[in-house]
Parts: sequence; C-alpha cells; structure tokens
Amino acid sequence: MPSAVHALELSHVVKRYGEITAVNGLDLVVPEGSCVGLLGPNGAGKSTTMRMLTAQTIADQGQITVLGHELPADSKAARARMGVVPQLDNLDTTLTVEQNLVVFSHLYRVPKAKRKAAVERVLTIARLGQRRDSKVDELSGGMRRRLLIGRALIHQPQLVLLDEPTVGLDPQVRQELWALIDLLRSEGVSILMSTHYIEEAERLCDSVTIVSHGSAVAVGAPTDLVAEHAGREAVEIYGSPERLAEVEAEMAKEGFPTRRTGTSVAVLGLDDASGRAPAGERRSTNLEDVFVLLTGEEIA
Amino acid sequence: MSTLPVKEREPGRLEPTAIGGVLVREIINFSSYWRSTTFSSTVEPTIYLLAFGFGFGSLVAIVGGYDYIDFVATGTVATAVLFSSIFPAMFGTFIKYKFQHTYDAILAAPVDTEELVTGEALWLAMRASVYGCAPLLVGLIFGLEPSWGMLAVPAINFAAGFGWACTGVAIAGWLKGIENFNYVTSAVITPLFLVAGTFFPLTGLPGWVQALAQLNPLFHCVQLVRHAAFGWEGWADVWNFAFLIIFGLLMWRVAIAAMERKLID
Repeated sequence: MPSAVHALELSHVVKRYGEITAVNGLDLVVPEGSCVGLLGPNGAGKSTTMRMLTAQTIADQGQITVLGHELPADSKAARARMGVVPQLDNLDTTLTVEQNLVVFSHLYRVPKAKRKAAVERVLTIARLGQRRDSKVDELSGGMRRRLLIGRALIHQPQLVLLDEPTVGLDPQVRQELWALIDLLRSEGVSILMSTHYIEEAERLCDSVTIVSHGSAVAVGAPTDLVAEHAGREAVEIYGSPERLAEVEAEMAKEGFPTRRTGTSVAVLGLDDASGRAPAGERRSTNLEDVFVLLTGEEIA
Repeated sequence: MSTLPVKEREPGRLEPTAIGGVLVREIINFSSYWRSTTFSSTVEPTIYLLAFGFGFGSLVAIVGGYDYIDFVATGTVATAVLFSSIFPAMFGTFIKYKFQHTYDAILAAPVDTEELVTGEALWLAMRASVYGCAPLLVGLIFGLEPSWGMLAVPAINFAAGFGWACTGVAIAGWLKGIENFNYVTSAVITPLFLVAGTFFPLTGLPGWVQALAQLNPLFHCVQLVRHAAFGWEGWADVWNFAFLIIFGLLMWRVAIAAMERKLID
C-alpha cells in the first residue's frame, strides 16, 4: 500500500560491499512536504543511500519505499516522480543550457505540448534565461550547479534528492543555492539532502538524520537535537595542548561531554551544571557540536 | 491529509518513451559533433577503398569474378559499418560511464539499463547504416554499376551496425580500463576485419580459416552487400541476414548484462 504521509521511508536498510558494510540498518523518513538533511562525515554511507533511492544500488536487506513505491521492484515509477541532483556534475558540456533541459524533458517524459513551458519554467527558477544559448562549458560553477538543480525539476517532481548540493562552491554561490532550495521547500516539494555542511542543514532542514558508520545516530529538528545533546551554552577553554588534555580529563570526570576544536576544548551539556561549569568563553551551542559529539569526527 | 497520487499504470520494460528519451539525448548531442564524426566515418573507408582499389587494382584486375575496385567498394561498406559502430560504442560508453557520469543521470530518470543500452545501440546502428553507404557512393563514382539490390544496403548496415554497437557496449562494460581496449582492437577487431573477404577473397586462405570466417559477422555483412550489388544468391543470403540478426540479438543481451553489472551494484 502506498504510504500517504511519507515521501520516502527506509527501514533497517543494509548494504555491504564484501567485508565493508556501507549502510548498516539505516532508518530514515522524509515526511511529505518536508526537507530532511542526511548529515554525516565522509564514508558514513550517505552516497550509497542516495544511490539506493534510485535503485542504482540494491540494498541487501531492509525496505525502501519512495512516493509509495516499493524499491527496487517499482523504482521506475518512483523515479518518474522524483528529481535527482547528483554530487558530480554530469551535464552534457557540449550542449547549451536549453538543450540540456530539452534532453531531460524527454527523459522525464514531459508531454510534448508541455515541454516548452517546462523548459521556460526551469530557466526562470534557475535564473538562466539570459544564458539559455550558452554552452555548459562556458558557465560559471554556480550557474552549472543551478542548471543541475533546475534540470532535476523539469518534470515538477514531488520529491527531490540533493546529494551534497553545494560542495566545493564559494560562500556566496552557496547562499544563492540555498535560496533556490528554500524556494522548492516553500512550494511543498519533499526534499532529502545529504550534506556535510552543518550550516546548510541548520538553515534548510526541518529535520536532520545524523548518520555514522551506516546507521542513524540521531533524528530530529536541528534546534531539538542541539538542546538535547549539547545544551544551551558551551564553554570554550583555550590553552596549550597539555592544558586542553587536562581539561578533557577533568570534564570527563564531572560527566560533561567535550569536543576538541583544534585550538580549544568546548565543554557541552552544561544546562544542569549550576556551579560546576568551568570558567571560559561562553557561546551558544550549535548543530556542529552535536554532530561531532555523536559521530566522534571533526568536520572536513 | 493529502495522499500522494500513484499512477495507475506501472511502467513496464523496454518502453518506447524511455528508449526515445535516450535517442533524443544522442541526437541532440550529435548536433554538436557531427562534422568530425561524419568526416572520419566517411573519409577513412574512402581512403581504404581508393588505396586498395587503385593500389592493388593495378596488380589484379579481376577478383572473384568482379572488377577489383567493385570488389573492394562493396567490401568496404562492411568495414565502414564496423568502424562507425563498434568504436564509438566502446569509447562513447566508457567515456560516458567513467568521465562524464552520464549514465548516473539517465538511470536516475525513469530509464532502465536495458532501455539505455537499446537506445544507444539503435542510434549507432542508424548512424552506421548511413555512414556505411559512403564507400558504395564512392564506388559508384568510380564506375560501380548501380543496381536495385543496393537499396537494401542501409538495412543490411543497420542490422550489422546494431550487432557491432552492442558488441562495443559489451566490451566497454566488461573491461576495467580504457587502455585494455588495445587488446580487443588488436586481438579481436583487426582479425575480424581482415578475415572477412573485404580486400581479398577467402578462397585463397587455409580451410580452417575459411571455416572460422563463417562465424565472423563481418563476413556475412560483406557477402550480403556484395550480393545486393551484384545479384542475390537465394538461401545463402537468407542465412547471411539471419546470421546478422542472431548476432545482433545475442550481443544485445550480452551488452545489457555487461552494463547492468557495471552500473547497478
């Protein structure tokens, strides 16, 4: 039976490559109309998960349902109503912007009478109307990325998968793309976005699933996760490496979680600390604290 | 709570819409590079034809009962079909897979590997069908007699081109690195190309080579084109054509299996 409330649902999904278990009992849900971030360090199984959603990778165990279709058997029906923005740019570089969109209007079965309008719509969304006749080769990195996202919207999908949509881009270009993704959100499109940029997840996602070693270690709205795992405030303590190691040991004794940030140690979970909180520079906690705490890894 | 509308009709296998989408992609891409491809696909066999036709033609006037230039003109058709289908299939598939990641994009759309391979092979077969006629046209200029049977040549080319395109896709699917293509070219394609009765009749070769040549699709293609130009030979040509069809269907499935193995994990 098609699930009515979830655009996408994975339960207990496992994928092994020989000895390596890339995805290890992953549970993941994207409620209809919401934007979910799949957050995890490199090698956590994000890309494998993304490939499984288009049935280019077949799970060894578990269930995957996309837009009410069971995968991999009904993957094609799901793919027809889903847009995919890959991490690696795979535009046809010798074709123009418009030609790229025309090709995908065919691949995504936009009816003949609606193709022209579909191409125009995407050119507007991606703000590439002025560059419609430019070859992809001639576009800037940001424009290419906008085209890549726009291409995935040619058939007005109900669900969009974004695999590291802003990786390797300048900050201002990244913000431009965030605006574009936010526009989709406001139109009620369901979104699953894998990323390792914490700020991106914090800004765009209604909920995030933090993955580590192939399974979900935390699920929730970014602010809830921060409150739950890191508390309201963190104390940053600076010092020599020896001093920092001492602080870590002391705090471990007191039962406060800590994270290293290179030049300092951040002490977290101080909401109930009252007088026991160490002296240092106070700051607000953020999703990055949670991420590092739960995955045990620094952000690249 | 709104329910997501689910299409009543589930998509099946080998859908014309999906294959059509792959074809459209190839055709639009072709518009950006047709000049160079057309140049090499027509000029190369023409050079072979002229070199052998006039070079050898000055030593041997008649081969297998035909003027040597006519013999070579008809033979080179099959070569042109081979070169314009198997090489673009091998290199194109590999480049799209490895460097351009095109297949990731296509397979994320409602297109299955089977449809992807079919669409690309059909496109190369169409191209080869047209390019394969170039040597015949050059031959006509140099005195080859026109005949009605020649109108069947594009169809013969299409059948052979489809088989060779699928062979090329299968090779690209099976091999790990592009440098391994050299082995295939030297050990498989070159012998196939030489032992097909293109430039010289097989009758001068040892019996076992002649027997092996019967398994060479290129030989059957050469035979068919020659008979199309000079006169059909009944059941022999039915068999030649049937061989090309069987070859095409077999390699089609092999290519799909190879690409499924490569693209889906």
